[in-house]
Amino acid sequence: MSDMATTTDTVLFVRTQRAERVAPPKGPRGPLGWARAHLFSSPFNGLLTVLIVAAIAWVVPPLLDFLVFHAVWSGDDGREACLATAQNPDPGACWAFVRTWINFFVYGPYPMEERWRVNVFFALLAVGLVWMMWLDAPRRDLGAAYFFLALPAASVVLLHGLPMIGLETIDTALWGGVLVTLVVATVGIVVSLPVGVLLALGRRSEMPVVKLFSVIFIEFVRGVPLITVLFMASVMLPLFVPPAWSPDKLMRALVGIAIFSSAYMAEVVRAGLQSIPKGQYEAAAALGLGYWRTLALVILPQALKVTIPNIVNNAIALFKDTTLVFFVGIFDFLRTIEVARNDPAWATPVTSFTGYAFAAMCYFVACHFMSRYASGVERRLGAADRR
Amino acid sequence: MIETAEKAGTAEAAPAATQGPAVAITGLYKWYGDFQVLSDVNLSVARGERIVICGPSGSGKSTLIRCVNALEPFQRGTIVVDGVTVTQDLKRIDEVRREVGMVFQQFNLFPHLTVLENCTLAPIHVRKMPRKEAEEVAMRYLARVRIPEQAHKYPGQLSGGQQQRVAIARALCMSPKIMMFDEPTSALDPEMVKEVLDTMVSLAEDGTTMLCVTHEMGFARQVADRVVFMDEGQIVEINSPDAFFTDPQHERTKTFLGQILG
Ligand SMILES: Nc1ncnc2c1ncn2[C@@H]1O[C@H](COP(=O)(O)OP(=O)(O)OP(=O)(O)O)[C@@H](O)[C@H]1O
Ligand SMILES: [Mg+2]
Repeated sequence: MSDMATTTDTVLFVRTQRAERVAPPKGPRGPLGWARAHLFSSPFNGLLTVLIVAAIAWVVPPLLDFLVFHAVWSGDDGREACLATAQNPDPGACWAFVRTWINFFVYGPYPMEERWRVNVFFALLAVGLVWMMWLDAPRRDLGAAYFFLALPAASVVLLHGLPMIGLETIDTALWGGVLVTLVVATVGIVVSLPVGVLLALGRRSEMPVVKLFSVIFIEFVRGVPLITVLFMASVMLPLFVPPAWSPDKLMRALVGIAIFSSAYMAEVVRAGLQSIPKGQYEAAAALGLGYWRTLALVILPQALKVTIPNIVNNAIALFKDTTLVFFVGIFDFLRTIEVARNDPAWATPVTSFTGYAFAAMCYFVACHFMSRYASGVERRLGAADRR
Repeated sequence: MIETAEKAGTAEAAPAATQGPAVAITGLYKWYGDFQVLSDVNLSVARGERIVICGPSGSGKSTLIRCVNALEPFQRGTIVVDGVTVTQDLKRIDEVRREVGMVFQQFNLFPHLTVLENCTLAPIHVRKMPRKEAEEVAMRYLARVRIPEQAHKYPGQLSGGQQQRVAIARALCMSPKIMMFDEPTSALDPEMVKEVLDTMVSLAEDGTTMLCVTHEMGFARQVADRVVFMDEGQIVEINSPDAFFTDPQHERTKTFLGQILG
């Protein structure tokens, strides 16, 4: 300070000493300090903290009691195990029921000795999902070809069968459970991405007919509930194809789901396309890359990358919406639970609760995983932007 | 949108000329709706010639050079680039664009690709060059703009000046017959302007045909063969750099130079 005082009187300032580097002022430390800063920073904040803790204390213990502490874990001889007894007067969830029925939940009525085919499908699907979702995976271009071309073809052969190579045909009426839920969701995503990209491009196209078609398709489908699309697909589809290969029930539902999810995907992709600055198109054009190469090499890789979180959010919504195929007579995961819980051999007061709790947990785990993935990608994209 | 002059038919038949001007612009007019951006622009750029275009903001400089590689359509007049007439025909446009490198004010590098991939993208996919060879060429040009060590970084990791030099290398990798620059140093921090200008000077010294929109008057003095001054969509004066700066002919040029040179 002292040597500054001499210079402040004059107009010029010349620093004579470097300002010292100083550590930032210390904030509150330790658990107590943290709690005061974050949980009780104001009376209102403190009240909220107390209320929420009370609510948790009210809901969680009974839930844990039901799901874990009083639950019945084993016993395959039917309802007896899950009824009230002297030792367990207030029985919780009947997990024995889920254990007994689990294969039905996963495969539905798919023939027992052919279920390995379903397992192979699950494995192939898992490989594809990891390849697509892992952003630094090697050869993601191959991964895309696998996921969008090889996997669908292999799945049809595996699940439906091809007598020529010794895989007997399994009618789709025998498909069920998790298998069907995954098939419906996967078809929705595998079809909706490419179709959605085309629709989004169509919507931005300078060709009036293409543009009009895309706009009408997208807006019409988005303006109608999924269940309506499903009913329309199952009633109207047979009118458009030759009766000789009248599509089966599952096929019709898949077409409905694909139409529906494509329209939503188109809007997600459109938002991504809009985020690409005009300079990118111009730079690509100036290098002589034509329309399709500009899209494939410059625009889509960037647009789709920023769109991944939204694509996954779309997938989450779609995954939950697949339960609606129930209404057009498809035997999805939820439907298998519906059937099992009505089995008289397992008729107990807790069977339905248990079944629904199990379904809820399965859907939650899957959706939560996807949502965490989406926010992880989002964070990573944010970090890349700040680079 | 583009009206081809009657001569287009014959120009089409002729093989890409190795003589004749690199770019010939005749009677060029362009409108945005009712707003006239270019009026009666005539300019012929000889091979190896370096032209600097300057003029006040909104005078149509960018629009003019963007017409040359058909980033903008125009309504009247003809542009012939290396013997190929610029028309609306998409194939023809790509043919022209392959021979015309362009460097933008905002760099416009592809942020999802590394520096090297930025440089090899067009040679591989447009020129169908094998990847190996394209990478060698790219490394040569990156060395030329003095950033070979950045080849594997992403554009976002580079400074503005480095990005602009990559953009120059990227354009050079297509071995264009003409290089066009649209205010390549205007978006740069002052201390980076020099490194980019140095690169451009060295290009000029190698005899590259250049069409350069810039307000860097020192650069214009040093390398330009001719300076083109535009105002309100018209070419007002074309002069040698010496005469342009010391003895401008048109009133408008005088006021402009008065303003920018102070
Ligand atoms: N897409 C467009 N639609 C309508 N008017 C436009 C469009 N692009 C440019 N203009 C107008 O055309 C005129 C010329 O623009 P241009 O960008 O060629 O000017 P410029 O000489 O490059 O200016 P600057 O030095 O600011 O870059 C300007 O008046 C501008 O407002
Ligand atoms: Mg401009």
